[in-house]
Amino acid sequence: MTALVFAEHDNLELKDATLATVTAAAALGDVHILVAGSGCAAVADAAAKVMGVSKVLLVDDAAYAHPLAEELAAVTLSVAGNYDAILVPATTTGKNFMPRVAAALDVMQISEIVEVVDANTFKRPIYAGNAIATVESSDAVKVITVRTTAFDKADAEGGSATIENMAATPPSGISSYVGSELSSSDRPELTSAKIIISGGRGMGSGENFAIIEAVADKLGAAVGASRAAVDAGFVPNDYQVGQTGKIVAPELYIAVGISGAIQHLAGMKDSKVIVAINKDEEAPIFQVADYGLVADLFDAIPALEKAL
Amino acid sequence: MRLILMFWADFRGGNHLGSAPFREVISMKILVPVKRVIDYNIKARVKSDGSGVELANVKMSMNPFDEISVEEALRLKEAGKAEEVIVVSIGPKEASETLRTGLAMGADRGILVLHDGESEPLTVAKILKEVVAAEAPGLVILGKQAIDDDCNQTGQMLAQMLGWGQGTFASKVDLGEGSVDVTREIDGGLETVKLNMPAVVTADLRLNEPRYASLPNIMKAKRKPIDEKTPADYGVDTALHLTTLKVEEPPKREAGIIVDSVEALVAALKDKGVI
Repeated sequence: MTALVFAEHDNLELKDATLATVTAAAALGDVHILVAGSGCAAVADAAAKVMGVSKVLLVDDAAYAHPLAEELAAVTLSVAGNYDAILVPATTTGKNFMPRVAAALDVMQISEIVEVVDANTFKRPIYAGNAIATVESSDAVKVITVRTTAFDKADAEGGSATIENMAATPPSGISSYVGSELSSSDRPELTSAKIIISGGRGMGSGENFAIIEAVADKLGAAVGASRAAVDAGFVPNDYQVGQTGKIVAPELYIAVGISGAIQHLAGMKDSKVIVAINKDEEAPIFQVADYGLVADLFDAIPALEKAL
Repeated sequence: MRLILMFWADFRGGNHLGSAPFREVISMKILVPVKRVIDYNIKARVKSDGSGVELANVKMSMNPFDEISVEEALRLKEAGKAEEVIVVSIGPKEASETLRTGLAMGADRGILVLHDGESEPLTVAKILKEVVAAEAPGLVILGKQAIDDDCNQTGQMLAQMLGWGQGTFASKVDLGEGSVDVTREIDGGLETVKLNMPAVVTADLRLNEPRYASLPNIMKAKRKPIDEKTPADYGVDTALHLTTLKVEEPPKREAGIIVDSVEALVAALKDKGVI
């Protein structure tokens, strides 16, 4: 069996999400990586070094400068016939285009797998992670998105895959990129950070996030937020950790002034160590926390910053 | 966009088209698929025999992302950019209640495609493709995912089957002439794409705040038409491609400890080696 992993990247770097997806793919067979982008040769070089990858397909064309679903689906379909499984990290890019690939192949996509049981059987969360379903696919080709926090990352070094150039597919002509507003920050990205400190409605305002940011800077941590804090307008939406935001699983997750709604827990409960700081000792967040501190966050967080 | 151009020209008289009187009628329909799911306020309970999630005597509602889709369609209609909003649901007889919710919000009519048991996004997309062929909408607006199976596939699959462009995870929909600009919530922030019409849009949380149906509108909705169909009417095979073998509770975290000071917390984290 041969599995194709569609690489997540920004044309400069191969993202860690790809490495976790390689681990899931390796459970199914020989692994190839498809790198589609523009000016992305460095990404292909990085992909070729990933342990366990035997071939990298590179399509470097201006058409893929921005990840339009219509174009990414077409280029993936142009090689789909050679593979028994096609996998992509369940990022907003993967979730956007991969169902188009499944539809064109007339197969059911298996979304956000957390475990490969065997070549046809997978585990995936349903109901915002309140239940885990074991599903069996009867399709000849498995089209899969991978919840990357559930898999270890493949080693980024040690492999020596061949790189093969492939042709771009004709443009669809039905969609085009207009622009984007991306948050820029010197802090690590939420989905790859080793430590995350998140604030909730208890923060009271956007300005008050400064005390969390001060702790984050000392720890080299990413800053996140609950949906309540985002909906209250304290921080932008891309801070959001939760079922409808980002799914994270860092070494250490510090929840500050977050009550622990189901939807937030769904996004962070696979973190290795969870700390909850909240003045309400009844807050549900304490039920998933390894360490709980019942305290006023406006006293505790500055004290934490000093103690680090 | 369904564009009906009517020309009244005297072709017998030769080349008078440029001066002939004509009228332009723009009539765009918006199709909004809606799904009946366990109410979002209710925590799903896994059945003890592992066969699924308990659905008996559980409050069911319209999938929250679908409510946002209905709202967006209604706003486009109220802005004079669409003429008719059609809600469609694929599900059991009771899914007519979900359609009535959409009708009470303001949709004009409903289509119920009766199907008992599980319906996969692939099957749903195939049925929707046929509904689109029959209704010729200019836009299909769906929720980005259903909160039961969390698949996040139907809109994208439908777009592929129709050969249409897609704007998923939309936080803003800006309808232009023959095209639509969709601002999308992506991992690093926001992205805007331009799609030729007709197109598929899937709604994210921040697209809008759905209205509540007023009592008079709930009463009025009872008289709005719902057309009943079956997958067979559309020639769609509903056989499952993905079989659920087992549903279980997620692994539980072990109970933690309450520390009594910031110092104790820092000491514990250092001890664990995480800071």
